[in-house]
Amino acid sequence: MTQPQLEIQAIAVVTAIACALPGVFLVLRRVALLSDAISHSILLGIVLAFFVAGSVTSPLLIVGAAAMGLITVVLVQALTRTKLVANDAAIGLVFPALFSIAVVLIARYSGDVHLDTDVVLLGELAFAPFERLVIAGYDMGPQSLYLMGGILLLNFAGLLLFYKELKLATFDAALAAALGFSPALVHFGLMGMVSVTAVGAFDAVGSILVVALMIAPPATAYLLTDRLPSMIAGSALIGAAAAIGGYWLAHLLDASIAGSIATVLGAMFAVAFALAPQRGLIAVARRRGRQRWEFARTMLAIHLLNHEGLPEAADENRVEHLKDGLGWDGDFTAEVVKQAKRNGLLWEGEGALILTDSGRRLAESAVAA
Amino acid sequence: MTSFTLAAGQVLIHGRPYAEQERQVAYVPQRGSVDWDFPTTVLDVVMMGRYGTIGWMRRPGGKERALALEALAKVGMQAYADRQISQLSGGQQQRVFVARSLVQDASVFLMDEPFQGVDATTERAIVLLLQDLRASGKTVVVVHHDLQTVADYFDWVTLLNVRRIASGPVHEVFTEENVRLAYGGRVAWLKTEPAATTGSTTAR
Amino acid sequence: MLTIFSDYTLRTVALGAGALGIVSGVLGSFAVLRKQSLLGDAISHAALPGVVIGFLIGGKSPLALLIGAAGAGWLGTLVVRSIVRTTRIKDDGALGLVLSVFFGIGLMLLTFVQRQPDASQAGLDTFLFGQAAALVRSDVVTIALLGAVAIATVAVFWKEFKLLSFDPEFGTTLGLPMGRIDVLLTTLLVIAIVIGLQTVGVVLMSAMVVAPGAAARQWTNRLGVMVPLSALFGATAGVSGAVISSQEAQLPTGPMIVLSASVLVLVSLSLAPGRGLLWELWRRRKNRKRLSVDAVLADLYALDLQHEDEHPHSVAALNAMSAERDGVGEELKQLEDRGWASQAAEEQWVLTDAGRAEARLRSRSASMPGDGRASEEADGRLGAAP
Repeated sequence: MTQPQLEIQAIAVVTAIACALPGVFLVLRRVALLSDAISHSILLGIVLAFFVAGSVTSPLLIVGAAAMGLITVVLVQALTRTKLVANDAAIGLVFPALFSIAVVLIARYSGDVHLDTDVVLLGELAFAPFERLVIAGYDMGPQSLYLMGGILLLNFAGLLLFYKELKLATFDAALAAALGFSPALVHFGLMGMVSVTAVGAFDAVGSILVVALMIAPPATAYLLTDRLPSMIAGSALIGAAAAIGGYWLAHLLDASIAGSIATVLGAMFAVAFALAPQRGLIAVARRRGRQRWEFARTMLAIHLLNHEGLPEAADENRVEHLKDGLGWDGDFTAEVVKQAKRNGLLWEGEGALILTDSGRRLAESAVAA
Repeated sequence: MTSFTLAAGQVLIHGRPYAEQERQVAYVPQRGSVDWDFPTTVLDVVMMGRYGTIGWMRRPGGKERALALEALAKVGMQAYADRQISQLSGGQQQRVFVARSLVQDASVFLMDEPFQGVDATTERAIVLLLQDLRASGKTVVVVHHDLQTVADYFDWVTLLNVRRIASGPVHEVFTEENVRLAYGGRVAWLKTEPAATTGSTTAR
Repeated sequence: MLTIFSDYTLRTVALGAGALGIVSGVLGSFAVLRKQSLLGDAISHAALPGVVIGFLIGGKSPLALLIGAAGAGWLGTLVVRSIVRTTRIKDDGALGLVLSVFFGIGLMLLTFVQRQPDASQAGLDTFLFGQAAALVRSDVVTIALLGAVAIATVAVFWKEFKLLSFDPEFGTTLGLPMGRIDVLLTTLLVIAIVIGLQTVGVVLMSAMVVAPGAAARQWTNRLGVMVPLSALFGATAGVSGAVISSQEAQLPTGPMIVLSASVLVLVSLSLAPGRGLLWELWRRRKNRKRLSVDAVLADLYALDLQHEDEHPHSVAALNAMSAERDGVGEELKQLEDRGWASQAAEEQWVLTDAGRAEARLRSRSASMPGDGRASEEADGRLGAAP
């Protein structure tokens, strides 16, 4: 691996983890799409801050962008609170408007603003190592690594210090308020975290990948675990793995790194969606199948119980007559009978099926319920 | 609990404004008010009741854990401490909420329909607990709709239907006439929720 | 302004944007009502991989791009739906996931295609921000044709869509295949979005779905009015955005269309009768005034009770009792208008018999047995969080 390759991967991994941490709470609080809104409207903050600062490298740009992220959240909340539009509509009204203003401003003053809207949306991680941090003539490495590293530390510290508050306000905002932890304060703290992270990350990976990095890893981890700490750790791990996997996929295809990372994230989610123990599609389908057979065996036992001791029992309880009595087809009936025998629910005597004690108990308890 | 707004009047707890006394009040919400898919355990939810006492930034420790386990034992849920909360039945969820209110060190308990849609075991467990609380000098205010059990469970009742109909000791106030005032006539247009009965077990 | 009739390019762009506004206005209404406002955002982003694949297969043929986009957008909605239905991930998470992952896949494919030696890149870059200025007559014809089909379908299935937006479970009990009706409506939404991508682009297309519907909702409570009104708003935003951006150099069309739509929303939110913010302010003011009049009546009654016979009371005393900072003059006038109080002398007021009766009635319903500080408006659900 060459030096730039290593640096790009390091930036990608750090960015992915920094995004995953607040992302967990976005997903749990059901406000995942605020990340979409924030990551777009920060463009307006950058443009406005640029007009004030006059340069694209000023740190004021980050402040302005993060402030615009919070303003977006405030506007969405204010609009929702009027009850004139639903929350999702409010998001869909606010960020396109702010983003439009930014695009118009950039177009009008394109001579002065050296901002490329394509890059804002799509990012170009491959260029990230070109901007170096040079101190006293020494090359300390790429600037974005330091920026994202700092944001990651900030997020990590915030999570460590306010883990309990974030958890409580997310799970039960009313209790949080009663115990003296203002849910609004916690919410805005989290949104501040998201804004700062989005601002730092979009430069490297583009605003749409920011959304992918914030939402996909927590969504994937949510399918795999029932514990908040492991959901957080899992998200960070998934994000980091996708960052490295995405880098090499992009390398292989000579394609966009941001796009490839999102693709890998999607693939990881798809795998979890299909295979997750207990919650995955396959596990659910198998459980449904098992329940279907279980149900069929019980039905058979009830059928036998109903006819037990009656004169027609010898006739009704013959295997070949079961399919008429229960409306099943032949193969299905044969399989159910085989399973029921294996489970010790019944035995076959003189061509008719006879319930065992445990089979009778099953049928009786099923009828009683 | 600051999330309700006063239409009029004021709320006093032990003679002082509610805002000063928030910690004195433990609120047991209706089960539907939280996301039961939240990735956490029963014990963790009960420990949340201690967060107010712990304060900002500090973490709950062994003492909180012990208190939470003790509260879970009181509601008969100690065996479920490590369960994911989505695996509980409705009645078990309700008992977890009650256990959470127990660890809050409050003197007033506010319960919103704690018996709504719960099994008989849970109802019995909660009622026994209410009586314990009363015996130890706590006040419990319950929003309640089941007229059959009012006289058994509570010793003070307030009948509400838009306005307050009557309030006083159960044997004086819980009369047919008052109940009819609370439920009668308006049932047709109020449809599903004709009235709320606020029972309270008060220790004097 | 008149150039719209003479300038060929402007006329084409304005017509295209207007037609697009109508279609997205109609289908957006349903999306807004069904709380699926952001589904449009997800569909437009999810269309990217389809566009690239359409390009790979069909070259620059606009139809291939449209079909590819629609296919991918539609697949995106399907994935959102199955995630929400089978996992504990909620709407917002599923939408965000599909939006960003599909777009990422599209981006990867796009850059992959672009870096092939023989690739011609034209037509794909416009996807992000749209390029309304490049609309030609055949594009407008495509928009109009597809849009007409979509709107005709809405007309045919009007009552089913209405039921779907209002109460799908009830629809199921009527024996209607609500699942399939849902798929049909979503397909129409996908069509509306796909034909708009070329004009306003991925990022802003969601606004074209949400804004006209949200604006129209403020003016009416009836679906039959809301949908045409939303179409009108959409058309207005499209045409005016196109015209404004043509007036000056470097005003991109897509963002101008979205900003026009946003202005329509702002105007509707503030002015709409019955719902609008100004209306609400006025109502609150009126309400406060009513309450303060009631309070003065109660004060007069309280003073009145201290005397056996009819006795005038000074405005100064009433001012002292009232919470109103600017005095009670206006409230007293109101009471006089209703015949509940009359002026006995300069700065002296007296309660009339009617006023006394009214005040007695109110005080009786307010004070109940038990403690005196009972809330009059307790709503029967003690301490219930909203």
